[in-house]
Amino acid sequence: MAKSRIDDATGVETVGHEWDGIEELNNPLPRWWLWTFYACIVFSIGYCVAYPAWPLIDKATAGTLGWSSRGQLEGEMKAEAARKAGLLAELDRASLEQIATDPRLRRAAIDGGRAAFKVNCIQCHGNGAAGSPGYPNLNDDDWLWGGDVASIHQTLVHGIRQPGDDATRMSQMPAFGRDGILNAVQVQDVVSHVRVLAGEEKPSASSQRGAQVYADNCAVCHGTAGEGSRMVGAPRLNDAIWLYGGDRKTLTQTVTNARYGVMPSWGNRLDPVTVKMLAAYVHSLGGGEETPAPEAAPAEAAAGPAAATK
Amino acid sequence: MELAVSRAGLWLVALFIAVAACAAAVDTGFAIHMGLVALACVIGLVVTLRGVDLSKAILAPDPGRYDDDVIRWGVIATVFWGITGFLAGLYIALQLALPVLNLNLEWTSFSRLRPLHTSAVIFAFGGNALIATSFYVVQRTCRARLAFPGLARFVFWGYQLFIVLAATGYLLGITQGKEYAEPEWYVDLWLTVVWVAYLAVFVGTIVKRTEPHIYVANWFYLSFIVTVAMLHIVNNLNWPVSFVGSRSYPIFAGVQGALVQWWYGHNAVGFFLTAGFLAMMYYFVPKQAERPVFSYRLSIIHFWALIFLYIWAGPHHLHYTALPDWAQTLGMVFSIMLWMPSWGGMINGLMTLNGAWDKVRTDPIIRMMVMALAFYGMSTFEGPMMSIKSVNSLSHYTDWTIGHVHSGALGWNGMITFSAIYYLVPRLWNRQRLYSLRMVNWHFWLATIGIVFYAASMWVAGITQGLMWREYGADGYLVNSFVETVVALRPMFFLRALGGLLFLAGALVMVVNVWRTILGHSRDEAPMRDAAFDPEKDRPVVNAAPAAA
Repeated sequence: MAKSRIDDATGVETVGHEWDGIEELNNPLPRWWLWTFYACIVFSIGYCVAYPAWPLIDKATAGTLGWSSRGQLEGEMKAEAARKAGLLAELDRASLEQIATDPRLRRAAIDGGRAAFKVNCIQCHGNGAAGSPGYPNLNDDDWLWGGDVASIHQTLVHGIRQPGDDATRMSQMPAFGRDGILNAVQVQDVVSHVRVLAGEEKPSASSQRGAQVYADNCAVCHGTAGEGSRMVGAPRLNDAIWLYGGDRKTLTQTVTNARYGVMPSWGNRLDPVTVKMLAAYVHSLGGGEETPAPEAAPAEAAAGPAAATK
Repeated sequence: MELAVSRAGLWLVALFIAVAACAAAVDTGFAIHMGLVALACVIGLVVTLRGVDLSKAILAPDPGRYDDDVIRWGVIATVFWGITGFLAGLYIALQLALPVLNLNLEWTSFSRLRPLHTSAVIFAFGGNALIATSFYVVQRTCRARLAFPGLARFVFWGYQLFIVLAATGYLLGITQGKEYAEPEWYVDLWLTVVWVAYLAVFVGTIVKRTEPHIYVANWFYLSFIVTVAMLHIVNNLNWPVSFVGSRSYPIFAGVQGALVQWWYGHNAVGFFLTAGFLAMMYYFVPKQAERPVFSYRLSIIHFWALIFLYIWAGPHHLHYTALPDWAQTLGMVFSIMLWMPSWGGMINGLMTLNGAWDKVRTDPIIRMMVMALAFYGMSTFEGPMMSIKSVNSLSHYTDWTIGHVHSGALGWNGMITFSAIYYLVPRLWNRQRLYSLRMVNWHFWLATIGIVFYAASMWVAGITQGLMWREYGADGYLVNSFVETVVALRPMFFLRALGGLLFLAGALVMVVNVWRTILGHSRDEAPMRDAAFDPEKDRPVVNAAPAAA
C-alpha cells in the first residue's frame, strides 16, 4: 500500500491506495456531471408527478396531466374518425358509378383503396399489384372475371371459389390428366396447341393433333380461338399473359391437375366503404373497363402487350 | 493415482447418465444435445485416463506465480468465439440484404442464425473476455492466486460446453423464444451451476486477498457476476414438458412475462455489457496509460448510482405496449437518471489520461481504449434519449435500435476487449512485446471505419423506417406498406454489411497478431509506445497474513 502523494502531472493528491501499481487521484466529482445528474433526477420527479407513476393497491396515480396512452390513442382515433366521417358517409351513399364520375370522391376512394390494398392485398397480388404466379396482375386489362368496376366489386365482395359464400365466383377446370380424361400424349398435344395459340411456339404435328383435343375438351370454356370466357373465369389463352406460366412443364401440370385459385370474400372482412374504395382503386390501376362493358371486344382491341401472332 | 481413478469414475457416471438421457429423449434435439454431453464426458474420461497430471496445476502450484492457465485459454476462446460471432453477424447482415442466402434450409435461416450471432458475440466472445480478464484482474489487484483452481478450470470448460449447447440448440431450433435468453431449461440449469462456481472462485479470491481494500474493478466484476446470476435464474423459471425433452414453458405469462424478459434483457446490457466491461476498463486503462485513476470519489458514486438505477430501467423496452403506463414511466425516468452514472465511467476512463494524452498519438492500444470510451459515452447518451417516450415512438422496432446496440457492442465492448487482449497476450505468454503494434493500429482503423459505416447506415435506416411507418396521406391513410419500407432500407443493409466486413477484417488482423505473438515472433517495424511490463513484479504476495477487509 502506497502513501498518499501529489501526482506530478496533474498536481492532484492521490487517495493513498495502490493495486498492482494502480493509484487513484482524489479529484472531486466534476461539477457539471453532478449538476446534470441532479437535473435528471429533478426532471424525473417532475415527470412522475405529471404522468402516471406510483403504483397503489388497485391502480396507479394518474398524474396531474391526466394523460394515459390508451386515452391518447382513443382521442387521436376519435378526432381522425370525426374528420373522415363526412367523406366516408358520402362514399357510402354514392354508387360505384357516381364515385367514378365525381373527381373528388374518386380521388378519395382511390386513396383509401390504395391504403387498404397495402394492408390486405399485396400479400398475393404484390406491392405494385403486378401479381405473381397464380395471382393475377391487376395493372393490365387481362381480366378473368371482368374489369368494369361493378365486376371488380362483385369479385371483392364475394371472392373467388370462397367456400361458404353462395355468391362467390365459381368454376372448376377438370383435371384432364389425373382423372384420365386425356392420356399423356393428348395432354402434350393440347399443350402444344395452346402454346401455338399464344404464339409461344410454331405449329407442329403435335399441335395439329392437339387442335382436335382442344376443340373437344377446352373450347367450351376457353373459346374456339382461345379467347377465354369471363362467365366462368376461364383465362384467355391466345395471348402471352399467363396466370401460372406458359412453359411446357407448367402447362402440362395445369392440364393434368387443373388449377383452383381462391380469393377470400372481403365483404365479410372489410366494411362496405373500404370494399368500394378497393374496387375504385383496382379499377384505376390501368386496366379498368367502362361500366356497361359491351361484351369483350373493346378490351381485346386494346390488348397491347398481348402479341397473339408473330 | 487414487485421485485419477475416482475422477475417471465420476466421468463414467456422467457419461452413463448422458447416454441414458440420449436414449430416452423424446425429441431429436434433446438426443443430439445429450450426445454432445456424452462426447464431453468421453473427452474428460480420456484426458483423465491418459494420466494428464492436473495435480501439478491444482494441488501443487507455484505459489510465487499467478494462476494464469485458465486466462490463457480464455484469451484464445475469446478470440475464437469473437471471429465466429462476427462472421455469423456478417452473414445475417448479408441475408437481410440478399434473402437468397437463407439457402432455403431451416438450419441456415435468419431466425436461427440471428440468436447464434447475438449469443456468440455477447456470451461467447464477451463472456469469455469477462471470465478471463476477471480472473487476471482479481489476482493482480488482490495480490493472491485464484481460490479453488480446480473450480476455475471447471468454470472455463463448463462455460464452453454451455456455449456449444446453446449454439447447436439454435441451429436445431431449440429455443425458449426469449431474446438473449434462448437456451432451454437444461442448458440454463447447467449455466447456473457454472455461474455459481464462477462466483465461488471470484469471491474466494477476494476473500484471500493480501491487499487491504477491494479495487473498483472488482466491485464491477462482482456486481456483474451476482446480478447476472439473479437475472438468469428469474428469467428462466420454466417448467419442462418432459425431463428428457428440450421443451419447457415459462411460469410468467403475458405482460408479466414480457416485463421479466426485458428486466432481464436490459440488465444483461447493464451488468454484462456495461458493469463487466467497465471493470475491464478500470484495470486495463490505468495500466496501459500508466496513470492513476482520475477520481476515487467519482468511481464510488457512479458505481452505486449505476447499479441502483440500471435495474429499474428495463420497462423502456415495452413503451406503448400492454404494460401499464406507470411501469413505462418508471422505465423511462430511471433511464434518464442513468445517463450521468453511465458517463461517470467514461469520465473516469478518459480523464485517467490527464497528463498522458500524448499517448493517444503514440500508443495504438491507448487509442483503442479511448475510442471504446468514446463509443461507450455515445451509446449511453443515446440509450436514455431513446427511452424518452416521444423519441421511442419513432425509434422503437426500427433499425435505429440495431445501430444503437452495435455502436455500444462494436465500439465499446469490442474495442475495450481488443485492447485488453493486446495488453494480456504478451504478458500471459511471457513475450517481450506484441508481434506488431502497427497491426494494432490497422485493427483500430478497420474497426473504427467499420463501426462508422454500421452505426451511420442503421441510424439512417432506422429514422427512414420510423418516418415511413408513420407517414399519413391527406385522407389519413398510411402511405407506405411494410414491404415498401424494406425496399427503401435495402441500400442501408448493404452499407451495414460493409461495416461488418471491415470490423471482421480488423478482427482477423488481431488473430494474426495474437497468433504470432504466442508463437514468439516479432515483426520488424518502427517501434510504437507500449506500457512497460516487469514480470518479476507480476507476482502474488507469498506467505503474507491476509489483511483485514
